[in-house]
Formats: sequence, C-alpha cells, structure tokens
Amino acid sequence: MKRSTKNNLGAIPWVLPALGMILVFVAWPAFEMIRTSFQEIDFTGIAKGWTGLENYRTLFDNPDLNPVLIRTLFWVFGVVLVTILVSLPVAQLLNAKFFGRTVVRWIVIIPWAASVVMTSTIFKWILDPYSGILNRIFVDLGLINEPRDWLGNPPEAMLWLMAVAVFVSIPFTAFVLLAGLATIPSDLMEAARVDGATSFKSYREITFPLLRPALLVAAVINLINVFNSFPIIWVMTMGGPGYMTDTTTTLAYKISFRDQNIGASASMATINFVIILIFILLFLRVSKWREVTK
Amino acid sequence: MAGGDKVKTKSEQIANHRKKKRFTGKSVSLAISGWILALVFVLPYIHMLVTALKPLDEVLTIPTMYTPTTWAWDNFTGVWKEIPLATFIKSSLIISLAATLIVITIAVPAAYYAARHNFRGKTLFLLLVLTTQMFSPTSLVIGIFREIVKLNLVDTYLSLILVYSAFNLAFSIWILTSFFKSIPVEVEEAASIDGCGRVRILTRVVLPLAVPGIVTAFIFTFIAAWNEFVIALTLTSSPEREPLTVGLTSLIGQYQVQWNYLFAGSLIAIVPVVILFISIEKWLVGGLTAGSVK
Repeated sequence: MKRSTKNNLGAIPWVLPALGMILVFVAWPAFEMIRTSFQEIDFTGIAKGWTGLENYRTLFDNPDLNPVLIRTLFWVFGVVLVTILVSLPVAQLLNAKFFGRTVVRWIVIIPWAASVVMTSTIFKWILDPYSGILNRIFVDLGLINEPRDWLGNPPEAMLWLMAVAVFVSIPFTAFVLLAGLATIPSDLMEAARVDGATSFKSYREITFPLLRPALLVAAVINLINVFNSFPIIWVMTMGGPGYMTDTTTTLAYKISFRDQNIGASASMATINFVIILIFILLFLRVSKWREVTK
Repeated sequence: MAGGDKVKTKSEQIANHRKKKRFTGKSVSLAISGWILALVFVLPYIHMLVTALKPLDEVLTIPTMYTPTTWAWDNFTGVWKEIPLATFIKSSLIISLAATLIVITIAVPAAYYAARHNFRGKTLFLLLVLTTQMFSPTSLVIGIFREIVKLNLVDTYLSLILVYSAFNLAFSIWILTSFFKSIPVEVEEAASIDGCGRVRILTRVVLPLAVPGIVTAFIFTFIAAWNEFVIALTLTSSPEREPLTVGLTSLIGQYQVQWNYLFAGSLIAIVPVVILFISIEKWLVGGLTAGSVK
C-alpha cells in the first residue's frame, strides 16, 4: 500500500531531521573517534598531528591488553551462552498457563526496566565483605566459616560480574523467546501429542526448530549488549584490582578518562567499534530485516 | 440429535475431567516454579527495600541483620535532606523529558513517511536507523566526548538531551513505522476525498489511531534516557547537572556510604519506571528485534 512519490525531494522535510540527528550525534562521533585513533593527542585533548599507527602500537604494547582481550571473549560468550540456556526454560514457563502468570511476568521485567547501575549497586552491597547479606546467609547455612571478600579475588569477582550480567540479560532474552513461542501454532503441538510424541521429543522436533529465528536474534542482540556492557563492571569492581576484571569496553574508558591517554583509548574503542559492526552485519543476515522495510 | 448431544456431553465431561486432573497436577508445579522464578528476580530489590528501611547504625552492623529491628520508614522522607535527591531527579526529568519530546517530534514524520511512501534511499535510511539501534552510546563515548568538547557543551543538559535523542530515535522510528503500516490506507484516502491536506490527514486522522505506538515510543525513550549511565558520567561534572544514575552512584565513592539513603533514592527512581515499562511490555520485543521474530 505505498504511493510512489514522483519527486524524491518530497521525502526531505519528513525524513531530514531524523537523518540529521543520526548523522550529527552518531556518525560524527564514530568518525571523530576513528580520526582520534590516528592522531597524537595531549592530555588536555588537543590534537598535535597525525601519528599513523602509533596509538595502536602503544595499545598493543600494553601488557594488560592480552589478558583483557581473553577475558572479554570469556565474558561475552559466557554471559550470552548462560543467558540463553537459562532463558529457554524461563520462556517456556512464562508461556505456560498457571495461576498468577501475569504477575510473574511483571516481576521478571523488573531487572530489564530498572537501571543496570542501580541493580549493580544492590549486588555490590549484597556481596559486601563486611555487611553483605550473602556472607550472612552463607555463614548461617554453614557453607563458609567466616565472611569472604567475594569481589577481592579477580577470577571469582569475574564470575560474580558475569552472574549479574546474566541476571539483567535474562528478562529481555526470555521475552524475545516468548514472542517466538507465541508464533508456534498450538494445533501443531496438539498433533504431535496425538501422534504420541513425548514432551521432550516434541520440544526437540517442533518447538526448538521453530524457535531458531528468535533464538538467533536474541543471541546477536545479547552479544552486542554484553560486549558494550559498562555499568556492572564499573560499579562493582571498576575493572580492578588493577586491570584484572576489565573488558575492552571498560579498558577503553579507563585509558581515556583515568589515564588520560586519549589516542590509545580511541584505538581500543575503534577496535571495539569494528567488532560491533561485525556483530551488526551478523544481525542483518540473521534477522531478514528486509522483510520489515518492504 | 439428542443422542449426538449426549455423546458430546459425555466426551466433554471426559475432557473436562482430564483437564481438571492436569490442572491439579501439572498446573500446580508450574505455578510453584513460576513463583520461585519471580522470587529470584525480585529478591535483590526486596533486599534493597529492606536496607533502605534500616537506620544507618543497623545498616553497618557486622554481620548484617536480615530485617531491621526498627523499621525506619522516615528514611524515605529523610533521604531528600541527606542527599541532593531532588536535584538529581530534576536533572533526570529535564533531560529525559526533553530527549523524549525531541524523539517523538522527529520520529513521527520520518516513520509515517517511511510507512506510506517509497523514496530513493529509503532502504539505506532504514539500514542506518537499524545500525544506530545496535550501537549503544557506550561504544562511541570517546568520540561523543570529543565532539561535545568541540561544541563547547560539556556539563550541560543540552549535550545529554541531544545525544540521548539521537541514539533513541531508532527504536521509535521502527515501532512507529510498524504502527503506521497497520493503519489501513483507505482511512486516509477517505479523508483525502473529503478535502484534507497531507499534514491535516496526519494530525487529525492518523495520529489519533497511532496513539498506542506513540505512547510506547514515548515511554521507552524516557526510560532509556532515565537509566543511561556512561554518557552522563562522562559529560557531566557538577552535581547540579548529574542525573540520578550518576548522582546516586557518586555517593558510593564517599568516605562513609549511607547505603540506606542510597537505596531509598534508588527505589524512588526505579519504581515508577518499572510500572511504566510493564505498561508497554507487549510492544517492546517487537520494536527491539525490528519485527524479525516471525
């Protein structure tokens, strides 16, 4: 139901403000960031001229970079994988009919709607070495003998950060899968049941394959979100001790706004930018977005 | 006829009986799992509330107590004096409302035009919008900071308003495009025959029909701006300009954290937003995944 405009100029007043905003405040910063990564910038932020790949060399000479890269991989894939594995049964449950389902759905939305900063703050407090409730519970249950500093030991802290990331990612993921489940015709499941398929078999043979598009979309959006995630790490450990719980996203921020090395930070951020672009291309392939724009 | 009816009734009875039996068995276990799930998702926020209701000396006891001995309900009135909560809320409200109004003003015409017309570059435009949706401002924070420095807008509401508008346009354009597409074009043709101009058709005929979409776009943008952290952390430097997310977490760095007030403030920031979010729940997934879950 579309009218072809004789004159393409007719689109300008309708579309131009949106295009302008996106070009000025999304495309320009991207351009500015990439440009900065090839410039020498002093600590006051003034450009001193082009330096070619010097900033990238500084970045790669940083002995903390390799552990951070490996940790980022672990962080992104670990969080996304666990999120999806947990969200599958959660979506199935939210799709089933039971007493109070509406209220349960509302409650599951809370971590999605609440600011991640504030959710991270409450988890930091729960894990507090002195007055944290987790220490109290674990001591009372006899699981540990004395209070522990849960975020003091980097590998352990990383697992807690990942747990919080999973916690805040599940609601969105479960709702995407729930939307996917809603599209599966109920007579299909009925037919399978009549044919004597067990519930596990009908899940594997019918539900799961039909859920694949939703699953892929949820996976790619989560990959991007978790890769970009900043507040959880910033609030709970600030990437510390040292750089030992940093990901590339928090590292780029630290190099720039704490260490004042803007050039090296821009090169880290540019690498992050390229990685996200790759995720987006993946999303475009997966989501068949063209169907929507037609 | 009578016999047929009887048979039907009998089979119905059997079906009802089976349904009832399933109801008592499967349904109860589903309800229990559902409520346990809800409990897991709400517990951290309940702990937030419990901490917000403790007097300060009870907050800092080691080990912590599960519930306060005196319930300090007056923390929710005292918090306004203990921390500059009103200032934070004022900043958050100004920034979020302004950004939301800009987004709606710009997204409505763009989405309407994209839904109703074909124009050269439309695919490119929608692709750009989708890419924007995937980029969180976090990934571009260094470029955004350098741009805002060049524009001489550091530590102003305007910088946050413009950046939030640009990054949240995408979701609104997507969701409004699909809303406009769902309005039959015949409605507009009828108005056109009655002598209405294009702008008049949009304001008098189409917009009233698209109200649910506009409300969804409004609430989503408002909440995204309300919850944003990284850009606000980077672009603001004075407490009078800091929105809630930055203002509240900046209290953590201080010598003695008044966790009870911090969490009372957090809850005041979270609760209204969660209620708004729940009210648009059914539209969210569609907009975020750009209709690709089919």
